[in-house]
Formats: sequence, structure tokens, C-alpha cells
Amino acid sequence: MFAEILVAALLVISGVFALVGSYGLIKLPDLMTRLHAPTKASTLGVGGALIASMLHAIVWRNEVSWHELLITLFLFLTAPITANFIAKAHMAEKLKSGDLPPTGTDRDWATLDMSEEPVQPEMTPPGQPGRPS
Amino acid sequence: MIAAALTFAFACYGIGVLICLWRVIFAPSIPDRVLALDTMVVNMIALIVIYGIAIGTGTYFEAAMLFAMTGFVSSVAYAKFILRGDIIE
Amino acid sequence: MLRKILPHPGLSALLILTWLLLVNDFKWGSLVFATILAICIPWLTAPFWPDRPVVKNWLAAAEFVLIVLYDIVKSNITVALIVLFKPKSQIHPLWVTVPLDLRTPEAITVLAGTITMTPGTVTADMSADGRSLLVHCLDATDADAIRDDIKSRYETRLMRIFE
Repeated sequence: MFAEILVAALLVISGVFALVGSYGLIKLPDLMTRLHAPTKASTLGVGGALIASMLHAIVWRNEVSWHELLITLFLFLTAPITANFIAKAHMAEKLKSGDLPPTGTDRDWATLDMSEEPVQPEMTPPGQPGRPS
Repeated sequence: MIAAALTFAFACYGIGVLICLWRVIFAPSIPDRVLALDTMVVNMIALIVIYGIAIGTGTYFEAAMLFAMTGFVSSVAYAKFILRGDIIE
Repeated sequence: MLRKILPHPGLSALLILTWLLLVNDFKWGSLVFATILAICIPWLTAPFWPDRPVVKNWLAAAEFVLIVLYDIVKSNITVALIVLFKPKSQIHPLWVTVPLDLRTPEAITVLAGTITMTPGTVTADMSADGRSLLVHCLDATDADAIRDDIKSRYETRLMRIFE
């Protein structure tokens, strides 16, 4: 009984959050703000559905299912990367240096940087073991 | 009770997918389309998972897993194509 | 010798765990196959891993994961409320520059991912020399407060974990 309420609540919460995430896509005014709605709301939405599915498998089918955990982890790892790529695509297409705050360093933002030097944080040069200080 | 919750979740995700589809068709810019497609993939994964709960089997998780992977790779490839005009440099 | 067979022990352990999760059941046969994969894949992909992420403090890492999970739930509710109830004209997006004290690429990646997943902020870009991050806020007025919040809440903890 308790498990039933928990699974039902998780399903309802996940549905509401996913719907809000999709609604944000059409409501918010420009692409950078639109980026916020799906990356956040959908992740918790799908996470809720997957946890509900896991609980359901344990209680009703008496088997432990680990696939859901794998999908949740995968989504949580990949959502920021997709968001970052879309933001960069948007920046390259629509924004100029003047629209953004200064970097506070001597190089421009990586997407807009036109100089010939490589774009990278201070990494150890290849072939040299050890960490940067 | 779970049946009612499942119906509710199906409706929510179904409307979500429709909204994303609307965004894909009537989008102001191309990155917007990529974002809408990515959201659509996430909603579809949830739909597959919920369908798995509804008919009481774990068979659909491979499908959801593959959908998550191909969705991620295609979103990144599309965004990278817009960014650089090339995918593998 | 051990370094030669297992150039990347962390990745090997992760591969074994992932394979067992994929199989969805514990059998000795799948453990053997997972071990074969865990030796072959790091060996084949070693040229792509010039650096090894070093986690110095596992306890701090666990604390960080819990804090981020809590923040993800909180951020979902904040963003959902903004999307549902704030009229378009009252949403004030804001760009924030976050100067970085972190230097290792892995730590910066984790910080950027964390910022994207937490309250109303998305990492958009990094400066070309890797010294600062460009963060976009959904609805905020005080850039300094957000910068200080990110630095004190996440960056100091990541410093303790990675550096």
C-alpha cells in the first residue's frame, strides 16, 4: 500500500515536471532562457519515472532491476553537455563579444576567440607525467 | 491508483512530446530545433519507461537505453555541426 | 607491471560495474567477461587519456554528490515555479562571469556540469585560457551574489576533492 502511494506520487511528480519543462520551451522569451527549462525539469521528470519503475519492479515483480539506475546516471551526465553545446551554437550564431560580460582575463570567450593560440585550460604538456601545480 | 497515475503521466509526457514537436516545426532558430529535439528524446525515454511499468515487463529498457545514447550523440553532433560546419575535424 | 595491465584502475572498476548493471543480474560468467572488457578497453583507449583524474578525498566527493542532488531537486522546483507563474516581462536573464581557481580540466568539467544542473544557472562557455566560466542565469539581478555562491558552495569543495 505504501509502495503503491509512493510509485503513484513519483509518476505524477515526474509527469508534472516534464510537462513544465516542455511548456517552458514555448513560454520563455529567448534561447538562453529556454535552455533552462528542459535541462532541469526534464531530468528530474525522467529521474522520477525511472525510480518509480525501479520500485515497481522490486515490489510487484520481485526482481531488482538496475537498468533504470544506468539510464538515470547517463541522463544526468549528458544533460549538461548537450546544454553546453546548444549554448555554444547559439553564441556562435547570434552573439558578439559586446553582448557578454568581460572574461576578466586577457583572452576572449572560447567560442568567440579568434586568435591562433590553442583553446585550453592549463594542462600538463603531453608526454610529461604529473599534475599542474 | 497506479493505473490512474500512469494515465496521468502518459497524458503529461504525450502533451510534452506534442509541444516539442510544435517547437521543432515552428522554431525561430536552428539551435532551438536541436533543443526541442533533445527535449523530445528525453520525453520519449520516459514514455518508453512508463509503458514498461504499465505492461509489467523490463524488456523495454534496452530500447530506452539505446534511445538515450543515440539521442545524446545526435544532439551533440547537430550542435557541433552548427558550431563548426563539420562534425569530425 | 600492474600499471601496464591496468593503466586506468578507476575506469576498469567503472567498466566492470557498468557491465554488471547492463546485464542486470549477477552471474560469474558475466563477471569474467566484464573483467576482460575492463582490461581491454583501458588498454585500447589509453592514448586518449593523457591525464588521470585524481580524487584525493572520497569523503568530500560523497558530500559533494549529496549536496548536488539536493540542489538539483531544489532547482527543479525554483525553475518550475518561474516557468509557470512569472510573466515574461518580469523574468530578468543575466550573464555572470565566474573566475576560476580550479586548474585541472577534470575539476573544471565537474564544476561546469554542476552549475548547469543547479538553481537557474547554465554554463555557456569558458574563456579561451581556461581562467573563467560564462554562466547564464534564468532570473537574477545580483551577479556578485551568484558568483560568490557558486565559488563558496561548489568550487571550494571541488578544490578539496581534486587539488
